Amino acid sequence: MSRSAIHGWLLLLPAFALLALFTHWPVFGTLWDSFHATPKGSRPAPFVGLENYQVMIADEVFWRSLVNNFWYAVGTIPMSIALAILMALWVNSAMAGRTWLRMAFFTPTVLPMIAVANIWLFFFTPQYGLLEQLTGLFGISGRNWLGDPQTALGCVIVVAVWKEAGFFMIFYLAALQSIPPSLAEAAALEGASRAYYFRRIVFPLLMPTTLFVLVNAVINSFRLVDHIVVMTRGGPNNATSLLLFHVYQVGFSFWDTGYAAALTVVLLVILAAFAVGQFVFLDKRVHYQ
Amino acid sequence: MRRLETAAAWLLGFLWILPLLYAFWTAFHPPEFSTRFVLAAPLTLDNFRRAWEAAPFARYFLNSFMLVTMVLAAQLVLCTLAGYAFARFEFRGKDIAFFLVLVQLMIMPDVLIVENYRTMARLGILDSIPAIGLPYMASAFGIFLLRQTFKTVPRELDEAARVEGAGPLEILWKVYVPLARPVYLAYGLVSVSYHWNNFLWPLIITNSVTSRPVTVGLQVFSSGDQGIDWSVITAATLMTSAPLLIGFLLFQRQFVQSFMRAGIK
Repeated sequence: MSRSAIHGWLLLLPAFALLALFTHWPVFGTLWDSFHATPKGSRPAPFVGLENYQVMIADEVFWRSLVNNFWYAVGTIPMSIALAILMALWVNSAMAGRTWLRMAFFTPTVLPMIAVANIWLFFFTPQYGLLEQLTGLFGISGRNWLGDPQTALGCVIVVAVWKEAGFFMIFYLAALQSIPPSLAEAAALEGASRAYYFRRIVFPLLMPTTLFVLVNAVINSFRLVDHIVVMTRGGPNNATSLLLFHVYQVGFSFWDTGYAAALTVVLLVILAAFAVGQFVFLDKRVHYQ
Repeated sequence: MRRLETAAAWLLGFLWILPLLYAFWTAFHPPEFSTRFVLAAPLTLDNFRRAWEAAPFARYFLNSFMLVTMVLAAQLVLCTLAGYAFARFEFRGKDIAFFLVLVQLMIMPDVLIVENYRTMARLGILDSIPAIGLPYMASAFGIFLLRQTFKTVPRELDEAARVEGAGPLEILWKVYVPLARPVYLAYGLVSVSYHWNNFLWPLIITNSVTSRPVTVGLQVFSSGDQGIDWSVITAATLMTSAPLLIGFLLFQRQFVQSFMRAGIK
């Protein structure tokens, strides 16, 4: 091996050891454990084949979480991306008070999800919460927003959109600032409307950013469950249980780690499918070079 | 039309900041005014005092501070070395190694909680601050960001230092690191806010006052026997967010630019 190669590997070694221990190994460990029962005491866990997966197929909460997670993703991703673009356009324009607006939009990003979930919990409280007081003005009071299976998932989605949109705005803002102003001038000279200019010029130029944000939004919709723990604990009647939250409950409330590993495998398969899709559909430039 | 748009933007901005305003109102007024919005309501710091006395928040703050510092220090060293290797060294298997690093961007430690818990149990470090930080220390995002940055450093600078007899680590320290300073600042801000705010993994791995970060402390506090004393809970909530919130309000431009910089690489 050449000197350069030895140096390269030595420089890589510390980071790689940790990555192997806490990312690569756990992926295989998850798969391995999903075929084994939950260990009891110090005895090694017996091999049970596909039993954990059979349990999963019969587990209603799992299916409910999967469906919820789908709607959660559908509810949060397009909405937060659309709002992020709108916010970025506003903040990037010559609008009065745009520094204030940028601050207002971005603030949720720096706050802990667990802390803002507490605030939102208060916001949604029946009888005297702010939402109840506001809707009371219109005579539609008496709703328990988080306690009703019909509305609970919607509430959780609202919180996630509120938390994420300002974060995604930043990426769009960076992209908008790299669009040369001469394009807007040329479009104005040609008499193009602002809507037309946005649809035919700005939006296509924002495409790489949209793809980048999309990937982030997808990962977040499977990763971010902090507010579920605080606001609903998956309830009422599992209406807000998401996949990772179910893993957490099975693994650390019921301590059934064998089954929790099988559930994690499903989560990993979904994420891997998105990763592959990203490599196929996305320009490689987004990651390499 | 323009005026209507400005009004819409302001309305959205107001809606966005409303939950926070609401929290401020409740935290700084006596409990009887927590949901009654009267301008004459007296201001008070009593809710903060009660929250501070009701739980060991001083210890939680110290734990969070130690956690964030430890993670950032380790990330800076590990990611700098690895980013340098990927940017400026040729070796067999480099592409595969880089791919194996990028895997972590998709499969983050946040979803590997079951296995990582077992690993920590085997290592005998459950319920400790290093256990919270370890899975995040080799950050794929950091390695990627620094690799991109180091690649933009002109090779001539590198070679000039080599002619003067500097070794690889010396070149890294004297040429690459100083040039990447804004990226380090950007990465630092992103990392600190991520780990100060992180919740699920710390919740799982910690079990005592001596290792819980503020986020977990807040959860234990607000779901405990406080009942629903919203005044105290919102005060505690604002307290735990305060360091980042104040930092953000003071250095707004740097924050926004740092997140931007971290995003476009």
